[in-house]
Amino acid sequence: MERVLTTPIPEEEARALRAGDVFYLSGLLITARDEAHKKILERGSPLPLEGLALFHCGPVVQKRGETWEVVAAGPTTSARMELFEAEFLRRFRPRVIVGKGGMGEKTLTALGEVGALYAHFTGGAGVLAAQAIKRVREVHWLEELGVPEAIWVFEVERFGPLVVAMDSHGRSLYKELSAQVERNMEAIRARIRGS
Amino acid sequence: MSLVEALAEGLARASTLLPQDVVRALERAREREEGPARVQLEAILRNVEMARSGRVPICQDTGTPTFFVRFGLDFPYLKELFSAVPEAVRQATKTVPLRPNTVHPFTGKNPGDNTGRFIPAVTWEPLPGDSVEIHILPKGGGSENCSALKMLPPGVGLKGIKEAVVEHVVAAGGLPCPPTVVGVGIGGGADLALKLGKIALLRPLGQRHPEPEVAALEEELEALINASGVGPMGLGGKTTVLAVHVEYAHRHPASLPLGIAVQCWAHRRAVVRIGPDRSVTVSP
Repeated sequence: MERVLTTPIPEEEARALRAGDVFYLSGLLITARDEAHKKILERGSPLPLEGLALFHCGPVVQKRGETWEVVAAGPTTSARMELFEAEFLRRFRPRVIVGKGGMGEKTLTALGEVGALYAHFTGGAGVLAAQAIKRVREVHWLEELGVPEAIWVFEVERFGPLVVAMDSHGRSLYKELSAQVERNMEAIRARIRGS
Repeated sequence: MSLVEALAEGLARASTLLPQDVVRALERAREREEGPARVQLEAILRNVEMARSGRVPICQDTGTPTFFVRFGLDFPYLKELFSAVPEAVRQATKTVPLRPNTVHPFTGKNPGDNTGRFIPAVTWEPLPGDSVEIHILPKGGGSENCSALKMLPPGVGLKGIKEAVVEHVVAAGGLPCPPTVVGVGIGGGADLALKLGKIALLRPLGQRHPEPEVAALEEELEALINASGVGPMGLGGKTTVLAVHVEYAHRHPASLPLGIAVQCWAHRRAVVRIGPDRSVTVSP
């Protein structure tokens, strides 16, 4: 059974998911990269974000007549947004952050406080992502920020697979893995030196 | 077919069709993995199939157009080929379409057609003969950022090389979008070591270096890196690299250059062959 979360996502649904769980997302997915995070924190969000999903992504889009079509929309490296995300989560309360590569301690703490998740989407799988985006509902600050940095509001259906990489209970797959990799590396170094 | 059309077709196929050897390696990796790692490989393989059937780029980063031209000195259309390479890039940028990825480092201006100073990056390699073989490698930025040069003291020997490669690839974690393909260049000089690393990426997966010592190093590096547990997308698992390929050149007695060229799972490559009668084959 595939689990689907639909926005607006209630806090208890996000809290029920644990690091390592896989789910799909339906509803509203809103892109925000570095500039969008910075500007939203400065002047407020152009739309309410509570319970919605935020996507670290600069899409490739095409305009056909009056409608925007999404060609490819893979995730960008989330670590750059660590500067903003904790405050962003506390003030605007999105329920899911979608990106790749994971985020740091400040974000992990904020996820726990507000009951939100960080979900990993496969890097490079831009076509798979685009196929789940059914419609571009609106775009904000396009002229000011340009296509990759603008705030795109996507209507998505079964967007995923998404892996819960950081949950609202203080668990981060990245943190656990890096400790494991360091232990493995000690054995690997010994193998090389002994060979 | 004009040479421009042939090369533009090669770049279009490289951007949208993953070579079969890479697809097979990803499928084998999927069978080995479970949990989040398997989920990543399933998503990757679905994405590859969608890109193939829709003829759209596999990844939104369509890379820096990179060409390796092995040309016969008696190939009759060399002059035409020389100008056909950048023209084919301009054409494919419009028709595929490719993301405009060439930014002027001082002004920030992007010409919008994937060409610029020294770009497309072309390596010309003259050979005896009258035909040409053009290898096309659209190289993504995320994995290129994880490439590196180490100037090792020669005294560290083969063990030092192994340790440096493994430490470097493992430290990169999920950043280069693993499972990656790693090209290792040993010897030559600083520039040649990195170039050899990139040339090593052109070899199909599953094809070992013809010299047994080099082939053994490739196998050992794969096993060591995959023992790290970094896994697909850095989420943990058995497959951190799909392959490690090694090339070498003789070195200066005082130097042991080590070039590490890292390529993401979307290891896009195409080969265009043109005969003296202008017959063209494009693969995949």
